[in-house]
Amino acid sequence: METFFQQFPIVFQSLNIGFLQTLRLFGVTLLGAVPLGLIIMFGSTSGFKPLSVLTNLFVWVIRGTPLMIQLLIIYYFPGLVLKVALWPKGESGRFAASAFAFIVNYACYFSEIYRGGIQSIPAGQWEAGQVLGMTKGQIFCKVILLQVIKRILPPMGNEVITLVKDTALARIIALQEIIWAGTAFLKGSQGISGQVWPLFFTAIYYLIFSGVLTVALSWLEKKMDYFKG
Amino acid sequence: MAILEVKHIQKSFGGTDVLKDISFSLEKGQVLSIIGSSGSGKTTLLRCLNFLETAQSGQIFVNGKELFNGEAHRRTSEEEIRKNRLHFGLVFQSFHLFPQYTVLENVMLAPKLLKKAPAAQLEQTARKLIDQVGLTSRIGNYPCQLSGGQQQRVAIARALAMEPDILCFDEPTSALDPELTGEVLRVIRGLKSAERTIIIVTHEMEFAKSVSDRVIFMADGVIEEEGTPQQVFGNPQSPKTRQFLSSSLEKF
Repeated sequence: METFFQQFPIVFQSLNIGFLQTLRLFGVTLLGAVPLGLIIMFGSTSGFKPLSVLTNLFVWVIRGTPLMIQLLIIYYFPGLVLKVALWPKGESGRFAASAFAFIVNYACYFSEIYRGGIQSIPAGQWEAGQVLGMTKGQIFCKVILLQVIKRILPPMGNEVITLVKDTALARIIALQEIIWAGTAFLKGSQGISGQVWPLFFTAIYYLIFSGVLTVALSWLEKKMDYFKG
Repeated sequence: MAILEVKHIQKSFGGTDVLKDISFSLEKGQVLSIIGSSGSGKTTLLRCLNFLETAQSGQIFVNGKELFNGEAHRRTSEEEIRKNRLHFGLVFQSFHLFPQYTVLENVMLAPKLLKKAPAAQLEQTARKLIDQVGLTSRIGNYPCQLSGGQQQRVAIARALAMEPDILCFDEPTSALDPELTGEVLRVIRGLKSAERTIIIVTHEMEFAKSVSDRVIFMADGVIEEEGTPQQVFGNPQSPKTRQFLSSSLEKF
């Protein structure tokens, strides 16, 4: 038992550093995927057939293959096959590749949520804006958008919670996030080896973080409760 | 001169002719009621006037100016269509208020976005219109807090705020409970003035009879009968009109 108390501060600090990287990947992914999803949605719903076909094909490929494979291909393919050092060496390169893979992957899921949200708004809302002489852009920004946000909040919340745990996949290219930090004590690090509890302990981090997000999301949903639509 | 002239409007959906050669005109300050059974093309006609549907051929003139020409329509820019719409207002059967805005915001939104006047003046106008439809006490409420009749009255104020030349109503009371139709019809009746031209598509025969200057009866995409309420209701010439009137005025 004594060793546990000796190990704990070392492990705790190590996991905290790993969790910071997890948070960074989470934040960057959201920041990138939320707007990129909108662009992909405009592509997939475009009236220009070649564009919508290509975009839908892309969404199919991304949603139809494991994120883990996408991470591996994005990180290793340029260097191993094309002999191009696309990603910088070390942790910064692993982070850039992970962020790229996560943003593209999540943007594809988001684009479908956006599409569903926009299509669920009754045509009457567009028509009401039109007969009042508003422009398409004004109708979208001032009438449609907030109603869409209200409607897509629950499915988006789902994706966000999933993203918290999906960040662990970046371990496959050795990004030094919290799972990586936990497994380090199995193999041996800072004088501690053969210990599995740090890896199990990482679950607490995910649980607390998704708990915080759940509270924040339901707060946001409540904020939107003042109208129905 | 007629404020509205509609000439030879034709519209079909996938091979089905919904409007076949519709022509009529309307003087400023008149109230026109369009009656007829469901599927006769009444609503489509209103939607063509508001450019929510595009007629295949025909012309629409407002104050002598050609706003629509079926032959030239492909070349009309979206911006031009948007401007042409401003001559018309439309109150929908199911209101279509903007749910995230209060009563006042619903009425002010379009004039504010289109910068019709300084904001303070717009608000004054909006408050006056809301008072006119009797909803000053609900001015800060959201649509979900209002009854259907109240929502429809807000929709009327919202349409009036853009000061259209011609205000159209598409079955304004059809989505309402019977006890709520009265308040909406009273508001519409109150709008009648020498300055305001109104077109109402309605199933409320008594209302159409008493409020209209002119009545059009539509059947199967054509104007079957047209005239003053006395002519159409009192002495209908077409057998189709007679049949429609007798079945819709039937008492149970």
